[in-house]
Amino acid sequence: MPKTYADLLREARSQIREVTPGDVDALPAGGATVIDVREDSEWEQGHLPGAVHISKSYVEQQIEGAVPDRDAPVVLYCAGGVRSLFAAQTLEQLGYTNVASMSGGFQAWKSAGLPWDKPVNLTSEQKQRYSRHLLIPEVGAEGQAKLLQSKALFIGAGGLGSPAALYLAAAGVGTIGIVDFDVVDLSNLQRQILHTNDRVGERKVESARKTINALNPDVNVVTHEEMLVADNVDRLITGYHVIIDGTDTFETRYLLNDAAVAKGIPVVHASVFRFEGQLTTFIPFEGPCYRCLYPTPPPPELAPGCSVAGVLGVVPGIMGMLQANEALKVLLGIGDTLAGRLLLFDALDSTFTELRLRRDPTCPVCSTEAIAARAEGRPLAVPVFAGGGATTGEPFVLGGPA
Amino acid sequence: MSVVKIPTVLRPQVGGNKEVELGGATVAEVVEALTVAYPSLRAQLLTEDGSLNRFVNVYVNGQDVRYLDGLATSVAERDEVRLLPAMAGGELREG
Repeated sequence: MPKTYADLLREARSQIREVTPGDVDALPAGGATVIDVREDSEWEQGHLPGAVHISKSYVEQQIEGAVPDRDAPVVLYCAGGVRSLFAAQTLEQLGYTNVASMSGGFQAWKSAGLPWDKPVNLTSEQKQRYSRHLLIPEVGAEGQAKLLQSKALFIGAGGLGSPAALYLAAAGVGTIGIVDFDVVDLSNLQRQILHTNDRVGERKVESARKTINALNPDVNVVTHEEMLVADNVDRLITGYHVIIDGTDTFETRYLLNDAAVAKGIPVVHASVFRFEGQLTTFIPFEGPCYRCLYPTPPPPELAPGCSVAGVLGVVPGIMGMLQANEALKVLLGIGDTLAGRLLLFDALDSTFTELRLRRDPTCPVCSTEAIAARAEGRPLAVPVFAGGGATTGEPFVLGGPA
Repeated sequence: MSVVKIPTVLRPQVGGNKEVELGGATVAEVVEALTVAYPSLRAQLLTEDGSLNRFVNVYVNGQDVRYLDGLATSVAERDEVRLLPAMAGGELREG
């Protein structure tokens, strides 16, 4: 004998445990996976904080990805508490042992005055452009919105900056700043893939802007056609959330380090030499800074002669993309960065080696003492270096009070 | 014998070798053996009073010896010693 809707609902009610919005609100963080089974258009109007969205029509296909453990607690909700009952039956058929449905659904939740989130509304074009990000739970619409609001600064639009800027632009990082005072040279094109043959002689920041906006017009490219020096470093880096460092002198490396630590901005650092690259992420106070790693640069006569060394074009490409990966994790707040680890890449052997880096408790820039001194407006003196090597003059204080 | 990994920038000073096998029970002994074999490395690695230059880091099996026992850090058979000088080059601007 065919069943009516009322029969099915009665069966579901007798079979599925129901919980109130108050019960769900009282769950400890991570106490259960809360799944919203409404349609996309309903989800976009607002949802429970921390809920996962799986439309009822996709429950069978997507639940194992969202909740691999069939004994893990799961709470389902919909708009009024009916669809979630039926979806919960489906989960029980799939072997889930601890499933509940929230009675009254999202309407009851809101009526109870409980907090809810309104998801960021991406345009339909953005939803399509970033669809592969939206499918990853660790990114999703919220992560994508975070990226669109993020600001990344590139020191140099060269071999490292080119691939990193292209991928961050493609990923939808909303603002990309570029500091570079150079013009495109034919010899750059072996690796600096932001630039093109017809732009030889053009300012690199302009060439970079054209390439980035051709890839993704969502990105606001801010060009800084100047050399990073002590007088402008604070102004240049202010407001950025992450810095991708492709500097090529010790002087700028230390300037950038000191200013970024004072402002608490992570710096993703890489350098390349022939077939080798090295990479780390300096996250102020979480891992070491560049001065912890190398308190002083070599004197000029011992500084390895980089100007005459070539580089296999793909090496800065690989290292630049690893920089982009680090930057995305910093911006999204996911995964483990290379803070406290130095990654070495050998292109000839195709090997990666990891070295452990530590904070120097006596660091003049990032130690507890240095932080306190900056807070009191009397930063510790740090040695200043120029021209690729140590100066013999008196150290002076960079940047003044933080 | 332990293996000392030589970064590209220092290879011209060790006859182009990527790694060198040397004896020595401590970092000091390994560095001494290295600088005896390749005297031009001495100024790169050591100060005049014989301590490690601050612009060169030495790692034993991935750990910075500054946070182990410095030059006195023991080096066992088949340990990997890696020299890593500070390098300027990010982009390697030509000329």
